[in-house]
Amino acid sequence: MKQLVILSGKGGTGKTTVAAALAHLASKETPVVLADADVDAANLELVLSPQVQETHDFIGGQVAVIASDLCTACGICAQVCRFEAVIPPSPSPSSFGRGGGGAGGEGVRAYAVDDIACEGCASCFYQCPVEAICMEEQVAGRWFRSDTRFGPLFHAHLFAAQENSGKLVTLVKQQGRLRALDEGRELLIVDGPPGIGCPVISASAGADLALLVVEPTVSGIHDLERILATTNHFGVPALVCINKADINPSRADEISAFCAAQGIALVGRVPYDTVVTEAMVQGLPVTEYDNGPVSRELGRVWERVRERLA
Amino acid sequence: MIIAVASGKGGTGKTTVAVNLALSIASQRPGEVDSRSLGHDDATRLFLDCDVEEPNAHLFLNPTIERREEVGILIPEVDYDKCTFCGRCAEVCAYHAIAVVKQKVLIFPELCHGCGSCTLNCPEEAIHEVLNVTGAIEEGQASGVRFAHGILNIGEAMAVPVIHQLKERIGEADLRPQSVVILDASPGTSCPVVEAMRGADFVLMVTEPTPFGLHDLRLAVEVARDELGLPVGVVINRDGVGDRGVEDYCAAENIPILMRIPLDRRIAEAYSEGVTMVEALPEYRERFAELYRSIEKEVAR
Repeated sequence: MKQLVILSGKGGTGKTTVAAALAHLASKETPVVLADADVDAANLELVLSPQVQETHDFIGGQVAVIASDLCTACGICAQVCRFEAVIPPSPSPSSFGRGGGGAGGEGVRAYAVDDIACEGCASCFYQCPVEAICMEEQVAGRWFRSDTRFGPLFHAHLFAAQENSGKLVTLVKQQGRLRALDEGRELLIVDGPPGIGCPVISASAGADLALLVVEPTVSGIHDLERILATTNHFGVPALVCINKADINPSRADEISAFCAAQGIALVGRVPYDTVVTEAMVQGLPVTEYDNGPVSRELGRVWERVRERLA
Repeated sequence: MIIAVASGKGGTGKTTVAVNLALSIASQRPGEVDSRSLGHDDATRLFLDCDVEEPNAHLFLNPTIERREEVGILIPEVDYDKCTFCGRCAEVCAYHAIAVVKQKVLIFPELCHGCGSCTLNCPEEAIHEVLNVTGAIEEGQASGVRFAHGILNIGEAMAVPVIHQLKERIGEADLRPQSVVILDASPGTSCPVVEAMRGADFVLMVTEPTPFGLHDLRLAVEVARDELGLPVGVVINRDGVGDRGVEDYCAAENIPILMRIPLDRRIAEAYSEGVTMVEALPEYRERFAELYRSIEKEVAR
């Protein structure tokens, strides 16, 4: 079983468009499993019409909760917290978050926790002299196993403003991997998140190949260099595909030269075409919607990816 | 006034809007700059690129960098003269960043959040903390705008501490009532975005009128408006592609659409070369100044 991850560094370069197209094209030849590792903003489901088969809670981590009836307002919790997550019992209401305990109530003189800022380190829990603080597990999101016409899809929704997206990415991917091994499916396609930080590191862990989708802009090139340094750092071989290549042909040539200098194969130059947006509006991968230049080039991208994985 | 520019979905034009807004405010009222902020010109417009994983604003603003500082988190270091290998540090660490094995304390910097709980809990006071560098902050000037960005080092997982230290520049900037701070956030809706938005007076959402744009806009609004309680407004970029979903959503949710930027090949080409919109299409200078006035009105509500 091979694991392919689609990354970009910069957001909005077309990762999901490419991932959906590859899911469509690959599934015609080999049994695949799909995983959407962009758990902040999961979009693969918008073009795969998934039928949800299973829903599970995701426990992200813990948050501190201060019992207002036990709190003596000594303020030690606020002193030890390095995340500005403890709200003192000042007369002014907290300016952010939902708060935790009972601050702001009539006559209450207790500290409270901003559960958005809280990182669950439990430092306050250990330092509170009257044991007024407990740590509570938080359901930080949900993950799903769905059926699609191309194969099983594992995807997730991290709740707004939650942490630990890397942990949820790892979980979604592991589930996809297990399913692929169970059913003898030969390819796991992972649609990755933007950036180079924790969710990206989780999405690339254990990948056999990364396909980097880049646009021919100064930002795109800058971000390609950083995502490529990241995949190199973790020892994941990479291929590059230029999206909207004709927006700036000379920048596309620059990317091509950069790839050549780095010894990275350039596997496609997908042109800009509004057909991509039209397909998205119809809820379809572009290759399923249309047979034009975009789909033909994505077909070539798939052939080269397949050769490389073989 | 602190304005965070966010989107949920990547590549919708956050940096374009943030950069052009900053440049248009800078050129908006030349008379006032002379009289009211003489000597503090650089403190009146502050631009912070909070997308520390993939910072791009400098490619458009071309700042002159005057200062670079390494940043990161404080991680434990064990003083073996005092350590009794009791294991308390490992027990209290919520991130499994410490393991005590026989006569050794193993520390995993990439898991440590720098909370300091191990230091406080060590009965022998055998732990002190040292800076583990995970990134850098660069500061300088760009076209009359004070500029700073954070850069997360390759292979590092945690963007939040770098963003947090970047945002400390707001407190140091000697801001006055007419000062404007623009925060260019990363895509997504999790911790780095929350860290960027926190403390803002207004969150400007840049979206595109497509199903992906709408889906991620909803999530970003949940974070900014529903979780953080901040006022929000929308800029529709590439107006004319896609469908009416974003319009219908904004109407239903009573979210003001403050600006529309049409799908225009000239804008895409200028962007691809690192040229700002106000430079390539000067008529946009007044439109971004107008956007700023709309934001002021929304905040005053």
